Amino acid sequence: MKLSTADVEYVAKLARLEVSEAEKEKLTAQINDILRYIDQLNELDTMGVAPMSHAIAVTNAFREDRAAQSLEPGDALANAPDARGEFFRVPKVIE
Amino acid sequence: MELHQFTIHALQEKIRNGEVSALQIAESVFSRIDAVEGRIHSYIRLMKEEAMASAARADEGIQKGDIQPLTGIPIALKDIVCTRGIPTTCGSRMLHQFVPPYNATAVEKLAAAGAIFVGKANMDEFAMGSSTETSYFGPTRNPWDLERIPGGSSGGSATAVAADECIASIGSDTGGSIRQPAALCGVVGMKPTYGRVSRFGLIAFASSLDQIGPLTKDVEDCAIMMNVLAGYDPKESTSVKAEVPDYRQFVGRDIKGWKIGIPKEYFIDGIDPEVSAAVAKTIETVRQCGASIVEISLPHTKYCVAVYYIIAPAEASSNLARYDGVRYGFRAADARDLSEMYQKTRRQGFGAEVKRRIMIGTYALSAGYYDAYYGKASQVRALIRRDFDEAFARCDVVLTPTTPTPAFKIGEKTDDPLQMYLSDIFTISANLAGIPGISVPCGFSTSGLPIGVQFLAGHFEEGKLLQAASAYEKSAAVEKRRPAL
Repeated sequence: MKLSTADVEYVAKLARLEVSEAEKEKLTAQINDILRYIDQLNELDTMGVAPMSHAIAVTNAFREDRAAQSLEPGDALANAPDARGEFFRVPKVIE
Repeated sequence: MELHQFTIHALQEKIRNGEVSALQIAESVFSRIDAVEGRIHSYIRLMKEEAMASAARADEGIQKGDIQPLTGIPIALKDIVCTRGIPTTCGSRMLHQFVPPYNATAVEKLAAAGAIFVGKANMDEFAMGSSTETSYFGPTRNPWDLERIPGGSSGGSATAVAADECIASIGSDTGGSIRQPAALCGVVGMKPTYGRVSRFGLIAFASSLDQIGPLTKDVEDCAIMMNVLAGYDPKESTSVKAEVPDYRQFVGRDIKGWKIGIPKEYFIDGIDPEVSAAVAKTIETVRQCGASIVEISLPHTKYCVAVYYIIAPAEASSNLARYDGVRYGFRAADARDLSEMYQKTRRQGFGAEVKRRIMIGTYALSAGYYDAYYGKASQVRALIRRDFDEAFARCDVVLTPTTPTPAFKIGEKTDDPLQMYLSDIFTISANLAGIPGISVPCGFSTSGLPIGVQFLAGHFEEGKLLQAASAYEKSAAVEKRRPAL
């Protein structure tokens, strides 16, 4: 087992995901399964291979810095679960 | 034949000749939807009112001689592309009430070309899946066998075309999500080169892999759709400023003297014998078209799925961090503080497969593991791309099966994520390398399930794909069956 349920709990916290005990068990087994499969990459010697992070070599996609029309505050807030005035409302951040 | 059964090019001719109106076509498509949608569930949302109004406007235009490439053609949109004022859910509870304030560029382009939007097609949640079973709105069924999956994630886009609930559709393809359902539903589906079609307004899954592309009833329709969709977009920094040819000119040209590469690594144990037989027959047909067959090697093929299941979840875990219940989307009730609100929102808003991928991706990117997973996968990805560069020095296009098996049963793989992932084994490589691919119907299994063949070409060589696919389509004359519904 590469990952324990405690590891899964830690990763879930990093991902801001609440998981139940039952989910934790299931996820641990499934993620270990998948990681075991992924381990076959270690058969390959990749020393000196430059990692590929983009499919096409487009770099520095600059454009002119010109103001264009943007969303009206009302439109930007229209999907908010909770809004007041021109602000998004959230539950309290600290005690 | 009824109007909903025709292709784009056939309907365009009828419109030009004044034989039919846009309203008649739209009525035909919606009557078909009334008859079969209850059994298939291609759509999350229908847009009948908007469609009828657009069709009436199209008819006014036609009267004045204004006929655009898609004037009066009913098109389905995968529910992952933003539509202004029309809910766009991405198949998730997280976005089930999200109403975009703008249109995706692909939607704008289709609308400018005269398309009539039929509705928003069902899909796996956040495009994560190969069967359309992970949709929050319930599964889509394969029109060829209602007990079977249609493929995914663009399952609804594929079934809507296969069952004549639209004339053509668009989907998105991150690891095969256009080509795999196209193959399993017996339609044509193309994933263009990375950067060929703007993704502005496409809800992001894995940004280094995602592409928008068409699903159509034949190869010529695919070329017509590509003419509308392709091109640089200043709103999308990864779209490429490369010239866009008229894709239709490639349709109907022969492939005499072409070299067709057959990668031995794609003809492995575990392929369904009927798929093998159908692809072998396809190779023979292509040879009869005057092309020569070259055996090639793509030695890193067996690592594609492993690389993909690091890179795609890693990018997804980052892209899906935005769903926090603050600015849009679902928010869980009764949280005591902000942190609890995030955690409950994400627990209740995402389904199991999405959570699994967020977890894998978060783990692969976490401190101490980045090099071993994301770093390693990105290096192997470079080797996979190099395999293709070397292959295309020796052949014009590569031919492979699209999927290892025909459509599997609903529920068959839902408890075994790894088995589900392996159904994309032949399609993932194109996304990793950034090259275009097309799936074309090449026959049926004895139980009547469609089988697809895939052509792959070098970057920005969609024209070659269309030429090879159309030459094959013409000379194979694969039996034109329709699902019995």
